[in-house]
Amino acid sequence: MNGVRSVAERLRQRFPQEIVAVTEFRGDVTVTVRKPALLPVGRFLKEEPDLAFDYIVHVSSVDYPTQPERFEVVYEVYSIRHRRRIRFKTRVSETDGAVDSLSSVWHGANFMEREVYDMMGIRFHGHPDLRRILMPDEYDEGFPLRKDFPLQGKGWRDTFEFLEPPASPAVPSTPTAKDAA
Amino acid sequence: MSRTGPTTLPDPSLTGRQGQAGSARRPDLPLLRTEELMLNMGPQHPATHGVLKMVLDLEGERIVKATPVMGFLHRGVEKLAEHGTYHQFIPHTDRLDYICAMYNNFAYVRAVEKLIDLKVPPRADYLRTIVAETQRIIGHLFWLGTQALDIGAMTVFFYTFRDREILLDWFNELCGARLTTSWYRIGGVERDFTPELIAKLSKFIDDFPAKIDECNLLLEKNRIWLARTQGIAVISAEDALSFGLSGPTLRGSGVDYDLRKYEPYAAYGDVEWSVPVGRNGDTYDRYWIRIEEMRESCKIVRQCLERLPDGPYLADAPTVVLPSKDKVFTTLESMIIQFKLFTQGFKTPEGEIYCGTEAHKGELGFYIVSDGSGHPYRLKIRSPSFIHLGAFDHMARGYMIADIITIFGTYDIVMGECDR
Amino acid sequence: MTGERFTGEAGLVTLTLEQAVNWARKGSLWPLSFGLACCAIEMMTAVSSRYDIDRYGAGVFRASPRQADLMIVSGTVCRRMAPFIRKVYDQMPEPRYVISMGSCATSGNIYDSYSVVQGVDRFIPVDIYVPGCPPTPEALFDGILKLQEKIMRQRVFGAKTVTAAPGEVPGEIR
Repeated sequence: MNGVRSVAERLRQRFPQEIVAVTEFRGDVTVTVRKPALLPVGRFLKEEPDLAFDYIVHVSSVDYPTQPERFEVVYEVYSIRHRRRIRFKTRVSETDGAVDSLSSVWHGANFMEREVYDMMGIRFHGHPDLRRILMPDEYDEGFPLRKDFPLQGKGWRDTFEFLEPPASPAVPSTPTAKDAA
Repeated sequence: MSRTGPTTLPDPSLTGRQGQAGSARRPDLPLLRTEELMLNMGPQHPATHGVLKMVLDLEGERIVKATPVMGFLHRGVEKLAEHGTYHQFIPHTDRLDYICAMYNNFAYVRAVEKLIDLKVPPRADYLRTIVAETQRIIGHLFWLGTQALDIGAMTVFFYTFRDREILLDWFNELCGARLTTSWYRIGGVERDFTPELIAKLSKFIDDFPAKIDECNLLLEKNRIWLARTQGIAVISAEDALSFGLSGPTLRGSGVDYDLRKYEPYAAYGDVEWSVPVGRNGDTYDRYWIRIEEMRESCKIVRQCLERLPDGPYLADAPTVVLPSKDKVFTTLESMIIQFKLFTQGFKTPEGEIYCGTEAHKGELGFYIVSDGSGHPYRLKIRSPSFIHLGAFDHMARGYMIADIITIFGTYDIVMGECDR
Repeated sequence: MTGERFTGEAGLVTLTLEQAVNWARKGSLWPLSFGLACCAIEMMTAVSSRYDIDRYGAGVFRASPRQADLMIVSGTVCRRMAPFIRKVYDQMPEPRYVISMGSCATSGNIYDSYSVVQGVDRFIPVDIYVPGCPPTPEALFDGILKLQEKIMRQRVFGAKTVTAAPGEVPGEIR
């Protein structure tokens, strides 16, 4: 898509040091930026009149545990006026674990970044309400979408602490199978 | 938690009816003490569409803040995707937006086909479009029934479910299941239409506009319906885009963004139809849009049925596409292909794609990162219901508790898709 | 059909009080509106005019568990939702019945993941399991009819509900 390639060129001109890579695959253009440039790039994409990426599509994260900068935070935005989309992403290491929040640029990023935090453990500076969204607030087993987190979890799904220990075993109020006629 | 203190004048910056005359304080009356009440709604509640908890900060009956709490139906689908093959994920997509299950299948198989650069034959495109639009019809019928039921118009619920049954029987005949269907396959569809199916669908499409009129007659100019929907949950186009709203929720505010027109796929570019767009961004406009979309869906289906091309319904790509069952049971080669595809999956190129599809709620997208193996390395579902809930607080402030139920309905939230 | 044909001239029916109570209970099961996921859609379809759950007496869906005697757990039971399901179950007055509708509520279905309880019977007692994904409304009716048979077999009078002798399970209805 030539329209989007020109957007990538604009970004390179505007942020020459901060653009790490521009790739294209199956028509999708992806721009990798350095972490400090994430918020300026996002603002530029939205506020520049001939770019006008006003619609936020999704915010995602990917885990590459073997790489030193383990997490990748991916933003994809779309311009209604110019009918083109672009993806920009950044890397963050596990020790650092935080990027700037883009919820001041696109309101929709609020819930999406909360989900990234919940599932992957990446924090967002400047997010108004960063807490878990899909798992309960008190969930302490970790971050489920990380590659080292087991699929069946660590036992939370099978423990029911809200059940009072019965003085006698729980029985159904209707006859069980053995007393059925 | 409550806050005591003298009452404050209604804040004119709040949206809704708070700033209107009649709610301003009379200077001759003494100041009343008021408390803000925090009310919990859900997760078990007859009117929340699924398991959603809403924490409402109320001042009297007016909502000061509405905080949605979700995750009660979080099934870990994105992590399950990483542990199975691409084919095995198709039934999971059914259960995302379970009202119109096949549209989720469609969105997913489109994404995988984009990843592996597989073209489907034209007949498959048309079959997919026809079924997708019938799914849109049942989705909107369900929405209409439940929104009307929540507002109090119970008759419409029975009418829409009656009409839905005809199509559910048709799906049953097509692929064996009413609700969670999995008829789409990577590379095409699972089986072809029979002449009886085509005849039944044609008859339904001919009769259906009259049924829409029947439901619409009860609501369109009904004073109660107008009072409950006009001016409720207004959102501007700029805010809607910034929140990432899509589908009828966005089009109600005047933005004509519809992926079927902006980035045409399947047979949508070959047929004539139009996108209904609202003006005021309120609930009534979104209701009108969905009614009109049902009519447009009928148009699309009729044209597709007339122009249905001949040919295969599955792409010819043995390394990816599942062979047909009769060959699997009779030829050794097909059995081996079937075995390999189900145990190891098919090889995909390394890379990442995003593919969005205009489902009946909004833009349903799949962001797939592939590492070259038969399992997705990362599969992210861009679900419109989750994103719409992000804008709930913004939309609900200043309205009354009874309007909360209307706002749920106008957003058309399905928790299976929201929580994944 | 006249009364004399079955019961003699007086038009009487003879049955035990227990049968009468059970007959009344089975014919007026009031379900709690408790839809969790996809199975809830088929439950709503069972309410609609084509399938009409009301002909079994079970059409009066109550919003409050205090007024309901049947809880149809329809949909995936996630661990986060489990305390609320248990709370709602505890709030239902006895006799109360639970139908586990669908494969997710029965056993977790295809969701063997970190957040899904592998069957609702891990924390509430279930009377009837209805398999399917989702079960069609007819399958749900099959479950309700089986529950009605189960209710008819229930002992109402003469059941031990207080203390139990060693080795006995209290509250067990014999």
